[in-house]
Amino acid sequence: MSSAPQLLFKNRIPGQTVFFKDYCKSGGYQTLEKAFKSMAPTEIVEMVKTSGLRGRGGAGFSTGLKWSFFPADDPGPKYLVCNCDEMEPGTYKDGELLAADPHQLVEGMILSAYAINADVGYIFIRYAYDQQLRNLQQAVAEAKKAGYLGKNILGSGFDFELHLHGSAGRYILGEETALLNGLEGKRPNPRLKPPFPAVRGLFGRPTTVNNVETIANIPHIVSGGAEWFKSLARNLEGAGTKLFGLSGHLNHTECFELPVGIPLRELIETYGGGVWKKRKFKACLPGGASTPYLTAEHLDIALDFDPLEAVGSRFGTAGVTVFDDHSCMLRATLNLLQFFARESCGWCTPCRDGLPLVCWLLEKIEKGEGTKEDLQMLKQQQQQITGRSFCALAEGAMGPLDGLLRLFEQEVIDHIQKGQCPF
Amino acid sequence: MKKLLLKKQIDAFSKKAAKTAHPRELVVDLLREIQDRNGWVSDEGVELAAQILGVTTIEIEELATFYDKIYRQPVGRYPVHICDSICCWSRGGEEIALHLQQQLGVKLGETTPDGLFTLLPTCCLGGCGRAPSIMIGRRFYGNLSTAELDRIIEQLREEANR
Ligand SMILES: Cc1cc2nc3c(=O)[nH]c(=O)nc-3n(C[C@H](O)[C@H](O)[C@H](O)COP(=O)(O)O)c2cc1C
Ligand code: SF4
Ligand code: FES
Repeated sequence: MSSAPQLLFKNRIPGQTVFFKDYCKSGGYQTLEKAFKSMAPTEIVEMVKTSGLRGRGGAGFSTGLKWSFFPADDPGPKYLVCNCDEMEPGTYKDGELLAADPHQLVEGMILSAYAINADVGYIFIRYAYDQQLRNLQQAVAEAKKAGYLGKNILGSGFDFELHLHGSAGRYILGEETALLNGLEGKRPNPRLKPPFPAVRGLFGRPTTVNNVETIANIPHIVSGGAEWFKSLARNLEGAGTKLFGLSGHLNHTECFELPVGIPLRELIETYGGGVWKKRKFKACLPGGASTPYLTAEHLDIALDFDPLEAVGSRFGTAGVTVFDDHSCMLRATLNLLQFFARESCGWCTPCRDGLPLVCWLLEKIEKGEGTKEDLQMLKQQQQQITGRSFCALAEGAMGPLDGLLRLFEQEVIDHIQKGQCPF
Repeated sequence: MKKLLLKKQIDAFSKKAAKTAHPRELVVDLLREIQDRNGWVSDEGVELAAQILGVTTIEIEELATFYDKIYRQPVGRYPVHICDSICCWSRGGEEIALHLQQQLGVKLGETTPDGLFTLLPTCCLGGCGRAPSIMIGRRFYGNLSTAELDRIIEQLREEANR
């Protein structure tokens, strides 16, 4: 169905995994060979910078820019860490990628490490991705055997070893500094920033943390060129393709690779097969549980970082969860807040104590026992938590709450006035 | 009583720990291995991990209790993780949780008297496109209906009886 250019899903056959032989047949590791022979590391960093690639882990920071801050000349160990925690509800793209084609990530890790001069890599994998972990174990072993990992890779003088780390649950490990503590075998609370990981990261050494999809894009950028990558997007300011994970009230809830900047309406109608049960579109989370809702008035918006920020939401991870017109947005928001409250690491008060209070208020109003004062208190809590938490988890939790209070305040008031859920 | 870990497993970890500059990085791996063999991580399991890696028990304990997929209490042979996050919720996740509780006669957090199933609510399993979903042990099940659930439970009961 999809005629859009396929990079990351080029080799994907649902239900199957592509390993070394087939990966090489489709051109795999040729970019690595070429780059190690003919490209200086700084050239790759420059190329990634001009390609316009922005981090696919949620924050959307320019990957090339991030790499250019990395102290490549610092003597001693330096780390490249790949974030495959992927635990934000609605987000499952990295899992799909690694289920289909794990060597892309391995080749991307080697190329990225070469670009920033990191000599050790870790891939941090969430507990639920057992199959993906095993796929990567096989892929890493195959790459090692082929001489793409280890000492003096392809005679370049560059050494790189790659480790896999299986996690044991908890969303906070996706936050990059908590992840570093987790890798070190310490209690995975986030760390104070600065110092940023590029200065003092894993084991106190310079470290870059990147998302799976970000790193899997690198071989394609190096092979196709920065301009080509940029031109793949539908909108002018955008760059590349994006894995969109569809979920919620749609006829087809699948993961598609589509151009950045595709309009929300097209994504929902053409790829999601429209809203299920012949119902109407009411709202969606555009990029995971922490991104404020979009409504029907946003259907023609280009899905990309800047356009979504302009309407008070975020592109996030592009995990799009759709709600039909029978949905109670207060109830949905309560579910989202319960997730964040339970996954709080407990380190700071606004999050540890504030989020349960928000849940309590939402639940009370949802049950029809809320008052006008409760709504006031909800708003007050939102203000007190926003900007005051130690890490971005609580900030993310305020996303759906902000969406509810900004776009669906009348629904909340209806609950209070009717003394019951109107849905 | 069966050993917490086989001697060859302990030796392998000790060797790895001696080779790495930061033995603590192996904690989660080690806890997972102890759990795989014993079903959960007991106090003795925590102590064993501490011994192997040369750290204090409290340093292990603060991790063992932090990660929700490390069980510090006995669980049934099949820990059933029921996703209660937004995508599963939007497609009938609550019904799935209710049905399991009714069919197995236990509440969330409890284990069936035959020691087979423990029901544990969990956040998103990364199977949002196949909601509603659950994970039993490390096996993922998606696109669930109540009929499908009954089949799975039946299958596992048979597997356990074999
Ligand atoms: C609570 C929380 C959870 C996060 N979870 C993830 C995650 O699962 N995967 C991920 O790549 N980034 C996650 N991030 C973002 C990372 O901290 C980091 O920005 C990202 O891995 C950087 O990679 P990128 O620049 O390639 O996007 C999370 C951030 C927060 C605050
Ligand atoms: S906001 Fe505070 S309590 Fe919440 S996860 Fe971050 S550090 Fe932990
Ligand atoms: S919300 Fe249930 S698997 Fe993601």
